[in-house]
Amino acid sequence: MREDRPPPPPSRGGAYSPPPPDQVLENVLEHVLQFLTFRRDRNAAALVCRSWHRAEALTRSELFIGNCYAVAPRRAMERFRRATAVTIKGKPRFADFNLMPPDWGANFTPWVTSMAQCYRALEKLCLKRMFVTDEDLELLASFPSFRELVLICCDGFGTSGLAVVASKCRKLRVLDLIEDEVTDDEIDWISCFPEGETCLESLIFDCVECPIYFEALERLVARSPSLKKLKLNRYVSIVQLYRLMIRAPQLTHLGTGSFSPSEIVAQGDQEPDYSSAFDACRSLVCLSGFREIVPDYLPAIYPVCANLTSLNFYGEACFLCLQVLDTVRDAGLQAVGATCKDLRELRVFPIDAREDSEAPVSDVGLLAISEGCRKLQSILYFCQRMTNAAVIAMSENCPELVVFRLCIMGRHLPDHVTREPMDEGFGAIVKNCKKLTRLATSGLLTDRAFSYIGQYGKLVRTLSVAFAGDSDTGLKYVLEGCPRLQKLEIRDSPFGDSALRSGLYRYYNMRFLWMSSCRLTRRGCKEIAQQMPHLVVEMINGEEEEVKEDYVDTLYMYRSLDGPRADAPSFVTIL
Amino acid sequence: METQIMSCESDDLNLKATELRLGLPGTDPALEKQSSNKRALSEIDSCSDAKNGEQDRRAPPAKGQVVGWPPVRSYRKNCLQQKKSEADGSGMYVKVSMDGAPYLRKIDLKVYQSYLDLLKALQNMFKCTIGVYTEREGYNGSDYAPTYEDKEGDWMLVGDVPWEMFVTSCKRLRIMKGSEAKGLGCL
Repeated sequence: MREDRPPPPPSRGGAYSPPPPDQVLENVLEHVLQFLTFRRDRNAAALVCRSWHRAEALTRSELFIGNCYAVAPRRAMERFRRATAVTIKGKPRFADFNLMPPDWGANFTPWVTSMAQCYRALEKLCLKRMFVTDEDLELLASFPSFRELVLICCDGFGTSGLAVVASKCRKLRVLDLIEDEVTDDEIDWISCFPEGETCLESLIFDCVECPIYFEALERLVARSPSLKKLKLNRYVSIVQLYRLMIRAPQLTHLGTGSFSPSEIVAQGDQEPDYSSAFDACRSLVCLSGFREIVPDYLPAIYPVCANLTSLNFYGEACFLCLQVLDTVRDAGLQAVGATCKDLRELRVFPIDAREDSEAPVSDVGLLAISEGCRKLQSILYFCQRMTNAAVIAMSENCPELVVFRLCIMGRHLPDHVTREPMDEGFGAIVKNCKKLTRLATSGLLTDRAFSYIGQYGKLVRTLSVAFAGDSDTGLKYVLEGCPRLQKLEIRDSPFGDSALRSGLYRYYNMRFLWMSSCRLTRRGCKEIAQQMPHLVVEMINGEEEEVKEDYVDTLYMYRSLDGPRADAPSFVTIL
Repeated sequence: METQIMSCESDDLNLKATELRLGLPGTDPALEKQSSNKRALSEIDSCSDAKNGEQDRRAPPAKGQVVGWPPVRSYRKNCLQQKKSEADGSGMYVKVSMDGAPYLRKIDLKVYQSYLDLLKALQNMFKCTIGVYTEREGYNGSDYAPTYEDKEGDWMLVGDVPWEMFVTSCKRLRIMKGSEAKGLGCL
């Protein structure tokens, strides 16, 4: 390892002395490193030697913090002094499903406080699963160059915080609120955008459960010529959607709002020509919404179907998408398979998200999609019934799959035709989809499924497991077989201390491990904590105060440079 | 003879007799809730025992709704349910206002287990002290008193009725200045 370079020789009598060779090299390095954009490449460059480490740190403009507790804000900001774009992720994903009590942590305040001193020139911020207050937003809005705010699955703020951002961030280009919980402070934040032309390129607020003043929105869209992405909330009716679309035919991404009228429309009333509005949006590639769909209006989107690369539906909407095929709801997916040949991403959500509900989509729909959409890269599919055959077919028809998330809503359900476990289906996915990096399993699975994952899932980085497996062996297959595994989240599966121990040498290379309602004991977790000093091992208790059995409710463990956090609430025990 | 608000939980015997609930006789919702997580584990035990012998797997009980399953974010689940509950005022999401504060908040009553829980949350949210409820005196002596509007449009003091009844009948909350709430204390 190089030592710090020696000071330059003193100059004589004001004559120009060329910089020492080391410094020339460093300047060149900094220039060259600016071309490195991928995080992984930058991390590799930083490991070469000290001067590369230093040069890389000074040239990194995008800072990514995968776990807000893995490093203290100060430490990160002192290493990367010139970052202008920051992404921070907080809570683990299973917190979205009420598997973790609220107030667990992931507070944004300490980060924004440090940013106020170290990153005054901040331009872009993306937060996922963080707790963000209105005061935090107000502080952010005071940064003079701030122009992009993306909040995903965050909570803790309300429309009053949004109002401050809208009014104070003069250069705001992106305001994306994705699946956040936003309190209704009864402030019309849309009206808070300043008058005159805006630089808005993206405005996403479909998750904001507050009414908005439509005229203000319409005026805002009219004076935002750069607007490409617009996702409306359910308080925007289909008539209002029409008015917005004709003002913004340049849209590439559209979230349709409720897609239903706000009042009953009498027969024979003159209705706007929705089809032509959709037709006029020639650049539309991403469509979502349909929160309260009325079937009659769906044919309007047919003109754009051929261009769609990303589609978000509710299950029931799929059936209604193709009126010609009457009753079978998978038929809607068959229509998608038949028309959306370039589809890259599909998400099918259940409209009735209960275990025993009647789901309108099944293995038939999945098969149809796999046959029609050969370029599919990412799928999230909720259903009640599935077969290995359909999953195997998808693995063969869609070799480009990077993300495969299948949720068979009934727990432990086997293939509904053969009554076999779903092992072969998921096995085929990991075997045939050679680019797969993210996998979520469901249905009845034995340890065999995990042996497949361990054997073939060499690129898998994220794995979600629920109600699956027979024994510790299942988890061992995965921990020993998947070298790229970063994020492993498991619930309600019979994996215990022995399996946990088998992954000991892996955990420093992973971002986190989550195991809830499994068979871990406190002693087993403590062993890990003692052997791995840089792992933070959190035991999170559910509702109960006393531990009834020796099994741990929830284990959440992650590597950290700065030791256990100081803000852990009472229901978290850090071993 | 003063009954503290905590008696709602500990002094179960009195309230349970008069409590109005929907539910099959013999079911205790408090008990069901506690065991929901553990039950999933024990199902796995019995399932794997049966696996080797049986062809037809015993399907999980239909009513065994497990926490966080299916993995759909609550905002997606609630969008339809919330609209319905807002329409018939069954009191899940309610607005909370406080005298003197310039903004409203919205909370989900289902998240709380008891009056104590709720009041703690309200005190945190609005940075105020609410004090202790007594049946006779209401919140006399406190800076603020929480009140709510019920399904019939009447304004009541929070704590007057059993918790379950409150959750289903509360339409909105208002944290009044202590002095103004005096009148509501005696019912």
